Amino acid sequence: MFDILRNRFVIGYCLFIMLITFGLLSLEEGSSKSTISLLNIVLLVVPLISIVFATIHFYNSYEFMELLLSQPVRRSTIIYSEYFGVSCSLSLAFAIGMGVPLIFLNQGLVSLYLLFAGIILTFVFVSIALLGAVNSKDKARGIGTSLLLWFFFTAIYDGLVLLILFSFSDYPIEKYLLAFISLNPIDLARVAILLQMDTAVLMGYTGAVFSEFFNSWEGLLFSSGLLLLWAILPMLLTVRIFKRKDL
Amino acid sequence: MISVQNLHKSFGKLKVLDGVTTNLEAGHVVALIGPNGSGKTTFIRSILGMVKPEQGSILYKGEEILTGWKYREDIGYMPQLAKFPERIQVKELLDMMKDIRNNNKTDQIDEELIELFDLKKIYHKRTGTLSGGTKQKVSAALTFLFNPEILILDEPTTGLDPVSAEILKNKITKEQQKQKLVLITSHILSDIEEVASHVMYLHEGKLQFVKSIEELKSTTHETSLNKAIVKIMQQEITKEIA
Repeated sequence: MFDILRNRFVIGYCLFIMLITFGLLSLEEGSSKSTISLLNIVLLVVPLISIVFATIHFYNSYEFMELLLSQPVRRSTIIYSEYFGVSCSLSLAFAIGMGVPLIFLNQGLVSLYLLFAGIILTFVFVSIALLGAVNSKDKARGIGTSLLLWFFFTAIYDGLVLLILFSFSDYPIEKYLLAFISLNPIDLARVAILLQMDTAVLMGYTGAVFSEFFNSWEGLLFSSGLLLLWAILPMLLTVRIFKRKDL
Repeated sequence: MISVQNLHKSFGKLKVLDGVTTNLEAGHVVALIGPNGSGKTTFIRSILGMVKPEQGSILYKGEEILTGWKYREDIGYMPQLAKFPERIQVKELLDMMKDIRNNNKTDQIDEELIELFDLKKIYHKRTGTLSGGTKQKVSAALTFLFNPEILILDEPTTGLDPVSAEILKNKITKEQQKQKLVLITSHILSDIEEVASHVMYLHEGKLQFVKSIEELKSTTHETSLNKAIVKIMQQEITKEIA
């Protein structure tokens, strides 16, 4: 319904990811080293691009949504097609950009996890972005909110968790840490992937607790389920608000 | 055709619509006028379901529309400023709209304005490259395309050149003869005088009156609509001072 795929920006994003993936894979010798670099790309760049692009796209298609609203279309249809339009094209760009080099240079289960995590993170952050966007009419404020949210999930949240970790280091809080991680989609993806890479031993006792939990099928299901929840819940909230909103 | 009952809407503290009650009949061309900020656009947008009023109801053919969406099949809306997704072509835009209305009744499609505005020439231009006036033309053509029973035009002639404005006005009169309801807002009173059959006057969210143009002229003892309206507006102002 929307014209995003023809957008130069999305194509640029696809090429950018592809270039970085090719570069990293050919630069680093050991595949696990380059996978970690790739992981960082997935965890930082993908959410940032998704959240900013989705917010800007929402505001740019605002007038067009108004046009659609005067047509016999349900409001929920409009916002859902905005959501799927943006997130599908972004994840397609990501999948091509990262998938093609990975197929050539680094086949394996971990690569598959990486791709999966990137795609689901795209959906999560587009959904968060739309939630922010329907809540503020002002474009600058909306984009500011989305950047702040990205910064919160990538940096501030980890800081807070570390702080808690230090202040309660005398207590066995691994279980609670698990809960904390579930509250941040980026952490969730990071831990789930790291644990597939046999580097969990480097994470000490906590890592042991996690790998015990995440390495099982249940753990994988648990983390994917939570990530899905992260994609669905903000979107449902967005639809609720959008339906009642004055436009 | 449309019956509006006791419509209330406020944005924050500002009361934009304050108990508007009226009936709009088929075959009328109703001009909605009033000073800036009197609630004209909010009234229109309530009918379109874009603004959700706090209180009151709007019935179309006896059915409540504030919760529905199907009724919009019968409405053509031309907004004040037309904006389309920039990267698609005019032809694609029209096709997409047809797709949305999933129109299987192709005989219902009214391409008269596309012909008259010569829009086929720009079918393959991207909408982002069009001038403001040309966008308005596309928007007008789109409004009439599905032959809707209700036409809602928000300042339709702004940005149009005199020839195109004339074409549009003729089209409006033609649609009126087909027993359609046309709702127009405009500040260009001479345009209104040409096309409208009734005038609906809003002031600070309150409906002052709905009168036919002849009635209005005779009650104010003026020969032109322009003078009649100015007289009424001035009366409102003196009332406020007093």
